Amino acid sequence: MAATGQSQPKRTVARTTCYMCACRCGIKVHLEDGRLRYIEGNRDHPVNRGVLCGKGSAGIMTAISPARLSTPLKRTGPRGSGAFEAISWEEAMRIATERLAAIRASDPGRLALYTGRDQSQSLTGHFARMFGTVNYAAHGGFCSVNMAAAGLYSLGGAFWEFGEPDWEHARLFLLFGVSEDHDSNPLKLGLGRLKERGAKILSINPVRTGYSAIADEFLAITPGTDGLLVLALIHCLLEAGRIDAQFLIRYTNAHHLVIDAPGEGGHGLIARDAAGHALCFDRASGELREAHSPGIDPALLGTFELPDGRRARPAFALLAERYADPQYAPEAVAARCGIEAATIRRIAAEIAEVAFNHPVVLDQPWTDTAGRRHAVMTGRPVAIHAMRGVSAHSNGFHTCRAIHVLQMLLGAVDTPGSWRYKSPYPKPIPGGPPPGRPRVPGGPLDAPPLGFPRGPEDLLVDAAGEALRLDRAFSWEAPLAVHGLMHMAIARAYEAGPQGIDTLFLFMSNMAWNSAMNPGETTRMLSECDAQGNYRIPFVIVADAFSSETVAYADLVLPDTTYLERYDCISLLDRPIGSAHGPADAIRIPVLRPDRAVRPFQDVLIDLAGRLGLPDFADEQGRPLYSSYADYMIRHQRRPGIGPLAGFRGADGRAIGKGEPNPRQLERYVENGSFWRHELPAEQLYFKHANRAYLAGAKAMGLIDDDAQIVLQLYCETLQRFRLAAEGHVAPRPPERLRERIARFFDPLPIWYVPLEEAMTDRATYPLHAITQRPMAMYHSWGSHNAWLRQILPENRLYLHRDLAARLGICDEDWVWVRSRSGSLRCRARTMSGVNRDTVWTWNAIGKRTGAWALAHAAPEFRRGFLLNHVISEYLPQEGGAAPQSNSDPVTGQAAWFDLTVSLEPCAAGTPDKTSPRWSANPLHVRRTAEAVR
Amino acid sequence: MSTLPERPQGAKRLGLVIDLDTCVGCHACAVNCKEWNTGGEAGILPDYDKYGPEPDGVWFNRIHSYETDAGGCSRTVNFPRSCLHCENPLCVTVCPTGASYKRAEDGIVLVDTDKCIGCQLCAWACPYGARELDEKAGVMRKCTLCVDRIYNESLPQEERVPACVASCPARARHFGDLADPDSEVSKLVKERGGADLLPGLGYQPTNKYLPPRRATIPTAPAKPAASGATGIGAALLGLLDRALSR
Repeated sequence: MAATGQSQPKRTVARTTCYMCACRCGIKVHLEDGRLRYIEGNRDHPVNRGVLCGKGSAGIMTAISPARLSTPLKRTGPRGSGAFEAISWEEAMRIATERLAAIRASDPGRLALYTGRDQSQSLTGHFARMFGTVNYAAHGGFCSVNMAAAGLYSLGGAFWEFGEPDWEHARLFLLFGVSEDHDSNPLKLGLGRLKERGAKILSINPVRTGYSAIADEFLAITPGTDGLLVLALIHCLLEAGRIDAQFLIRYTNAHHLVIDAPGEGGHGLIARDAAGHALCFDRASGELREAHSPGIDPALLGTFELPDGRRARPAFALLAERYADPQYAPEAVAARCGIEAATIRRIAAEIAEVAFNHPVVLDQPWTDTAGRRHAVMTGRPVAIHAMRGVSAHSNGFHTCRAIHVLQMLLGAVDTPGSWRYKSPYPKPIPGGPPPGRPRVPGGPLDAPPLGFPRGPEDLLVDAAGEALRLDRAFSWEAPLAVHGLMHMAIARAYEAGPQGIDTLFLFMSNMAWNSAMNPGETTRMLSECDAQGNYRIPFVIVADAFSSETVAYADLVLPDTTYLERYDCISLLDRPIGSAHGPADAIRIPVLRPDRAVRPFQDVLIDLAGRLGLPDFADEQGRPLYSSYADYMIRHQRRPGIGPLAGFRGADGRAIGKGEPNPRQLERYVENGSFWRHELPAEQLYFKHANRAYLAGAKAMGLIDDDAQIVLQLYCETLQRFRLAAEGHVAPRPPERLRERIARFFDPLPIWYVPLEEAMTDRATYPLHAITQRPMAMYHSWGSHNAWLRQILPENRLYLHRDLAARLGICDEDWVWVRSRSGSLRCRARTMSGVNRDTVWTWNAIGKRTGAWALAHAAPEFRRGFLLNHVISEYLPQEGGAAPQSNSDPVTGQAAWFDLTVSLEPCAAGTPDKTSPRWSANPLHVRRTAEAVR
Repeated sequence: MSTLPERPQGAKRLGLVIDLDTCVGCHACAVNCKEWNTGGEAGILPDYDKYGPEPDGVWFNRIHSYETDAGGCSRTVNFPRSCLHCENPLCVTVCPTGASYKRAEDGIVLVDTDKCIGCQLCAWACPYGARELDEKAGVMRKCTLCVDRIYNESLPQEERVPACVASCPARARHFGDLADPDSEVSKLVKERGGADLLPGLGYQPTNKYLPPRRATIPTAPAKPAASGATGIGAALLGLLDRALSR
């Protein structure tokens, strides 16, 4: 053993929050003489309870990465060349302030602010709102908005951030399309617990890696067919009469009467009385009644006459008829899903067996919103989790809706053993106000820029029905784009040219590389000039901590700190760390002092907002209100008593949720391990959507404004409103070219369709599906500059089934061409058994552009790493003379990464030992002047 | 040649029990091990060519994921590999300088780097590939079972476990005394059929691996659908015929 030194180093431990991925685990950072020694999980922390993944454990190497930016930069060479000059922070702030002030004085919408996988959207969104631009979004549009939107419009919660399985009581766990990073440690802890308890884990995924590897059963489903499988399971449950009718009438809108008047404006809407209450047919009295009346015996089948003479049918009747159809029988879907019919029937039987023959009964009284006291909590121990594999298809919104309908039919929503809401969810459906718009030209928006349309009237469109936003979110092209369409921002800015936006402001997002569909085209758009020699996208500001591929395309670079060098706020106003056990939030604290001329981005944004005199960031005299993000976290109030942090509020620090700002709030967080949580009493832990005590408590804490029952939306009336507009029954109408599309995809009950790109592609030429998976030791592009993590996965392969490989004459390590309708790439192949036979896949974001991330030019990430992105297009194929649609879900605008279809062939002998396509190296060349150094 | 110590009566056999039914192959244990040990008493675990063409380094623990097709049933197994602290460690007995040794009191196999000459005989002798050469220092490195954690009185009792066990997010790793039949790890091995790796070689590893298993849900055989049935079936009609109370 090495001898220990003579003098003992000074050891300290700081408790803060990890940021090596989006999981937000609590960590204990050990320092010796101020230097990082060791990072471990915080055992007291609600997210990770002491464990820590490989990424979090490698934080030390990210903190010393040579890819860290060290000074503000001003571009000196052509965009993309990497030539910059180091400038002072004062000059950087002057450039940004002058540019943004000029934009704001003319047309604030000419600023487009897009942020990546950050956790400060309540701040960045508020900045955009006060600036007055609708052109704001974070990364959700290319990540999981299908899942979030489907959940929030159906349950008032969603998978991943807004819900979790009941690990302690589930007996059957269905895991749909989950990559290993969402979420990371909580899902691993949960899977371990299920294993310990002997519950069955069923993974439905084209690829068997990671979590799927330990599943008790693995179904290698064909990509994009999950929705069809779920509808077939629903078919089986309906056929067998195995549904929870009592749950449906108490907690969903299954019994609400849907107007049956084809060709009229009210068709497909819920029948309501004069006071606006939904109606149902009460079998006990033989009369129409308010649907929420307690004690009635609502009909779920049948046709009834409304007082105005129109006919109406219970929503459930429409659903049952649709999915009873033989087109949803397992035998009809088996070939397409790649799963045998008998297996589908068996899975349906297992679901029914667990749900109805093994209910979980907890000896815990509770009171529902009708005032009924229940002696026990009875649950259906079938839990479901779904993530990106479901979300990243252009049929993902309806697939997620189908899963939620399955949960509702089983009565498996927030019951013991099922999927549960993570506080502060559930929220009243659909989850928030409609998207904001300027009340007066040039003024702040009347609501946050990302919101929840309730119908066509909430869209951001002009008189002709065309998009007001750059990315066309909340237009007829993507009406429920509640997270925006970040993957289209650069393409749309390029299309519009200098008449469109002036400044593209990107934070922490690698939009010129792995976050772009088609990085080659994206970098061309960023660097192309018009006839006058001006860039088509006039000005680009990039804020990032590391020299990603995107930095080279900035005109101004604002260098951020690492996560160990700043304050951060994981807020209930954004993406909090609450669990089914109660709301929680957290902070990051500076553990290290930056040794470079970098500033926390949030401090910079608040500084910028102050200099611009934005409302809420500056007083009436234009003086900045906040000195830093930490100051803002303590003193900012979004509404009276509600600020970024919910814990330790009030003068005495004892208020939770709502309360006066507490000047000592951050100290209290630090004392508590940099997090706060509120443990819900046992009677509030389930049925939160209809649990009187929970809803009242949530209202008191300011989590929700209304403590009425949140009625689960088996039937999504909002969708029907858009369809009626498309059919011309209500105004405003979509433009002619989009009417058929809206009418087709805005079905109030889940539908399944072949993903859009796949349907428009010649499958004889491109017969294979192509998708990516997330390596567990990497988070997107964040791992490759980490000296430990890159040892685990320095290059990637294209994986395919052994049978397919044999048919194509491909062996392990052979070089192959992957071709799609939009491009070709060359990479190395590897064969396996645990993959759908018609699917090829690779690890996400391992390939890098030569010169980026401070890696040597011969690094394997450049030579043999590759991105599948190079053969994906952000546009669908053109049809007729019309401009092509974006490659997105037609409801939410979610980037349809996984709709890709390709062909595969071995490379000819003599192929260079390198992946293709390749670009010239563009490492950063920074000229340093005396002034900047000073 | 080094000799093995006499094992005193009641001596511990400290080791790991690794659950292959639960390991998701996330590399948390491997990275956290490297992080703890590179700054601890084990000394630096070097990295070579950190940002260059051939990134590599010394790890005490590495994860291998592979597919098996045993019994016609394909599955993926994630397999963490580290020193098994064998009862009969050839890596110790081949050591020409006495640098490799096995502790009498708890069975941990360690390397005294002051005596190690980096001849790599031990690495050749170990069939499990658990030893790695530190090319910078010219000495062998291997898992210490976090001997500087498990007896470290400055740590709270619950943290006195190897870093790999503390960090494992799926809680697939367990630490304890395998000489004590009543310890939690011994009970786990008994209940779950914990097995030795390559038992035929005779090294008698202390660490044990718990085999993968499969949970099932028995159901009645699924009835085939009536052919060509359309509309809502009798079962559902029957269910919905019953009175409900909202």
